[in-house]
Amino acid sequence: MTDEQSTPKRRFPAADIARVSVFAALIAVLGLPGALNVFGDAVPITLQTLGVMLAGAILGTWRSALAVTVLLVLVAAGLPLLAGGRGGLGVFTGPSAGFLLGWLPGAALTGWIVERGGRAPGTVRLVAACLAGGVGVVYLCGIPVQALVTGLSLGKTALLSAAFLPGDLAKAALASIVARGTQRAYPDAVPAVHRERLRAGG
Amino acid sequence: MTGLTGAYVPGGSILHRLPAGAKLAGLAVSCTALLLLRSPAALAGAAAAVVLLYAVSGVGAAAAWAQVRPVRWFAVALFCVQLVFADLPAAASSTLRVVLAVALAGLVTLTTRTGALMACLERCLTPVRFAGLDPFRLSLLLSLTLRSVPVMADLVTRVRDAQRARGVERSARAFAVPLVVGALRHADALGEALAARGLDD
Repeated sequence: MTDEQSTPKRRFPAADIARVSVFAALIAVLGLPGALNVFGDAVPITLQTLGVMLAGAILGTWRSALAVTVLLVLVAAGLPLLAGGRGGLGVFTGPSAGFLLGWLPGAALTGWIVERGGRAPGTVRLVAACLAGGVGVVYLCGIPVQALVTGLSLGKTALLSAAFLPGDLAKAALASIVARGTQRAYPDAVPAVHRERLRAGG
Repeated sequence: MTGLTGAYVPGGSILHRLPAGAKLAGLAVSCTALLLLRSPAALAGAAAAVVLLYAVSGVGAAAAWAQVRPVRWFAVALFCVQLVFADLPAAASSTLRVVLAVALAGLVTLTTRTGALMACLERCLTPVRFAGLDPFRLSLLLSLTLRSVPVMADLVTRVRDAQRARGVERSARAFAVPLVVGALRHADALGEALAARGLDD
């Protein structure tokens, strides 16, 4: 990911620290209602990917990637912040490790596409951003890792993962609707608007 | 959520006393080794080694099972799929590989305090200084996130109550939009409070 926009006056102002930490916590909390486990696969369906897409659409490229990184660092330290109270290093050596690590470039790509939309990113752009980042990139990272860990072929792993595709597509649609609603109710939730305000307000 | 504590089991074994960095390095090496082991006999040896390590750590069977439990159905499914597409040795070794990697990582989690692991991860993150980030701000970021988890959980409860009061329990939009807007309001107030304390000076 390029970070051409990451040269404001201060590299990492307090406003960004606050937004990044609150969104990392929000992603963690979205896992609370409990993961729906589909029998026979280890990757639980949760609302956490919804949180990852929302972080991308609202925080922008590098802040959202940082929020996901913070969450994953805390998970690695053993805190039960993933859906269903999972945590610890086991999740990074398990079969769904790639899907988790894929959240990072996924959120960043979502943010990047939304940032290209300027001050008022439209619904179509938001849907495209959530699909590309929250579904495309996450699957691209997750399937090869799962294949490597399990020793199954890429094709069979992709077939197993296809069971999650409908849910993820629905979550991408929901994420874009929610991001659009949020950005209307709170214009500062558009990455470009937020950046301008930080520059002007100092 | 039942408190934000890790799965650490107190103890005085040699595994508990090893520094966190050494355990993390050992975990990385052994997971790579597991991927390279192909024969069922070698993996059986690895399994014996993992069981021995658990015995040395003295964390108990219940704690050990809690670490492996999340992958139990996956292990069963993987074994069946491999049995259909390949043969018994291949099925056994690939299933064993997944379970052992998870068990080893769980052992590090069980024998290392969250604080020690966090300190180690923060040390690993110090090179970000060269990318223009300040390690103090990073550790503030981590602790603020931990503090924000209960705040966000509370916000979820309040938004759910509001939803019920408005009679729109079923609408996902009526849940998520107020939640995200509330989170942003909280974040921006928090940012102003940090700036008021001179964090940006």
